[in-house]
Amino acid sequence: MSALFILIGVSILVAGSFLAAFLWSVSNGQYDDDYTASVRMLFDNNIPKTPKQKKITKTTN
Amino acid sequence: MRKEVFISYDPSVISLRKVVELLSFIGYEPNISLNDVTANKAAGNKINKTVSFNRKQIYRIGVAGFCFANIMMLSFPEYFSSGHIEEKGLKETFTWLNLFLSIPVLLFSASGLFISAWKGIRQRFINIDVPIALAIIVTFARSYYEIISGHGAGYLDSGTGIVFFMLIGRWFQDKTFDSLSFDRDYRSYFPLGVTIIIDCVEKNIPVTKLKKGDHIIIRNEEMIPADAVLLKGDANIDYSFVSGENAPVKKYIDELIYAGGKQAGNAIELEVMNAVSQSYITELWNNDVFNVPKNRKQSFIHPWSRYFTLVLFSIAFLTTICWWIIDPSNILPALTAVLIVACPCSLLLSATFTFGNMLRIFGKNKLYLKNASVIEAMASIDCIVFDKTGTITKPNGSVLEYAGVPLSEKEKTVLQHISSQSKHPLSKAIASSLHTQPGWEPLIQGFREYPGKGIAAMADNIPVKMGSAVFIGETGHELLNDDTGTQVHIQIGNALKGRFSISNHYRKGIRKEISALKRSGYDMHVLSGDNDSEKENLHYIFGGGTNLKFRQSPAEKLAYIKQLQASNKKVMMIGDGLNDSGALMQAEVGIAVNDNTMQFTPACDAILDGDHVNSIDKLLRYAKAGKNIVRASFIISILYNIAGLSFAVTANLSPIVAAILMPVSSISIVLFVSITSSLKARHYGL
Repeated sequence: MSALFILIGVSILVAGSFLAAFLWSVSNGQYDDDYTASVRMLFDNNIPKTPKQKKITKTTN
Repeated sequence: MRKEVFISYDPSVISLRKVVELLSFIGYEPNISLNDVTANKAAGNKINKTVSFNRKQIYRIGVAGFCFANIMMLSFPEYFSSGHIEEKGLKETFTWLNLFLSIPVLLFSASGLFISAWKGIRQRFINIDVPIALAIIVTFARSYYEIISGHGAGYLDSGTGIVFFMLIGRWFQDKTFDSLSFDRDYRSYFPLGVTIIIDCVEKNIPVTKLKKGDHIIIRNEEMIPADAVLLKGDANIDYSFVSGENAPVKKYIDELIYAGGKQAGNAIELEVMNAVSQSYITELWNNDVFNVPKNRKQSFIHPWSRYFTLVLFSIAFLTTICWWIIDPSNILPALTAVLIVACPCSLLLSATFTFGNMLRIFGKNKLYLKNASVIEAMASIDCIVFDKTGTITKPNGSVLEYAGVPLSEKEKTVLQHISSQSKHPLSKAIASSLHTQPGWEPLIQGFREYPGKGIAAMADNIPVKMGSAVFIGETGHELLNDDTGTQVHIQIGNALKGRFSISNHYRKGIRKEISALKRSGYDMHVLSGDNDSEKENLHYIFGGGTNLKFRQSPAEKLAYIKQLQASNKKVMMIGDGLNDSGALMQAEVGIAVNDNTMQFTPACDAILDGDHVNSIDKLLRYAKAGKNIVRASFIISILYNIAGLSFAVTANLSPIVAAILMPVSSISIVLFVSITSSLKARHYGL
């Protein structure tokens, strides 16, 4: 039964790390804009391309 | 939900610093920015503030949710074994873990609620957050006491649950309110129209389509819709609408003229500097300083909201006492449930949202109201007074004939230029019927309009008068005895030349509309500044038994309204705002009919588009229906409170369920009134 203490402790740690991740994602600005996502998905090809990807699409077309 | 306030203060009585301190004290610390408030910058500042605020709320919700869920999980053993846990130490571990998990909720997540409640108390005003804050403190205090003294496991799952569900509920509430936003912004109807010049061609466009850089022409008595720079003409700007000062200010070429000023004199040409701000104009319109405050009865809801929290606290107190006597274990659940479940927001919000929705619908039907209190006034009137010219008749009547000394081409050009400076329907009719001699433009100076009488100006230093016979000053002349039709007499250089007879075009469908209004039970009256040549036509339109009065001066119109009010009638006056502003202000509801001009009378309570005069009956009936909707929602929210409280008082309502029900109740009431008012509008064909 003493294993339960360890389990509880670890589970709270894991849950806490999820909370930390959530708080980080909010402070990173990922939830600032909750409106345009619903509109952006209606457009095509709106993922900003990195130079590498641009090169690839140019050659393969 | 956007909330905006304009504050005017007297610097000799209070300093700006004290105003700012006062605002911070009541919880609305202003963001003082020395930047130019241009559209982009202001938006940027606003976005930054809302973003940081929203993030904090999300942090609070996240922390509360995390702690609440974990506390619930750690409380399961307690629930399932009804207090008997075999393993030593597990029980203490769980309860102390709960205690530590609950601390961030109390100190961080609930802090917003506490701060708001505290600010309210400092102002000696018990706002809605006070009972909730109290409920939370009571629950946590009791739980901490139980845990620390070892008496029990406390109610931390309830306590954190309350905080979490309150925060989520508020968030949902704000989202719902935002989507039902009734901001009358550029998308909504603003009825004024302005003349713009593109490539030397004049066009009339709705004022909302004005852009920076457009060249506009503002005529006598027209309002300047946006900040603009003077390009051409003699500007005498009357700022009474903005500052209350009547003396016109002379402005020079290239000087900036602020929105809200009215031109007095010749037409001027301006270049628009800023986009039109409807909210600014509407706010000026609503400023009490220049308007006779109409004793609008305070909405019947007000007294209730003030005593609501007092009643709530007395109920809470009584509940505590009763349960103390009967069964102390029920005190905490009953008390917290009582404090949380009662919601005065539904009382306060129902009127706001109903009228807000109705304002939007009225706007769609081209009736632009000054503010929501006009709706209640509209629902209470029992008699309607109509002006004739421009209201029942269309402003583009045509010239039937000219009788008198034949006019030379030059004289016609002079008359055309002078009459086109005025927005009066008769002037417009004359202006559109005369052709100008090309290549010659007379110098028009000193243009003045005399409401109810006529217009006068100097053309190349020759005095010209156009208007009623009395205005011209000649009586006894043979031409003047022929008093039929609407007549405009012409005097050039002190010699009577002749007169124009102008037909009266009545608005389409006006007869049906008047009979509909009579069927709805309104008393009808017609006041006209004209002679009685239209008596037959008006009798035909209005039927027998309507009071028709002719040759009314603006003062006589005002006196007539006062007389009606003296016999306890609630009067609605419909006029074109040109020579009946006194009457419009005096009536309970004054509606100015506007046909795409910038003629704006702050004396009116509402502006109606000329083509929609035929909707008056529908609009009035809708106003009455709106008042009933508010009453119904008020009753529903009272019933809800009674039902909720009865469950709470008997300890049958768990505090968590109460915390969920509270925002649900406000959202449901708001949705109810919004949906019913929209459905009612459809029912009336609006």
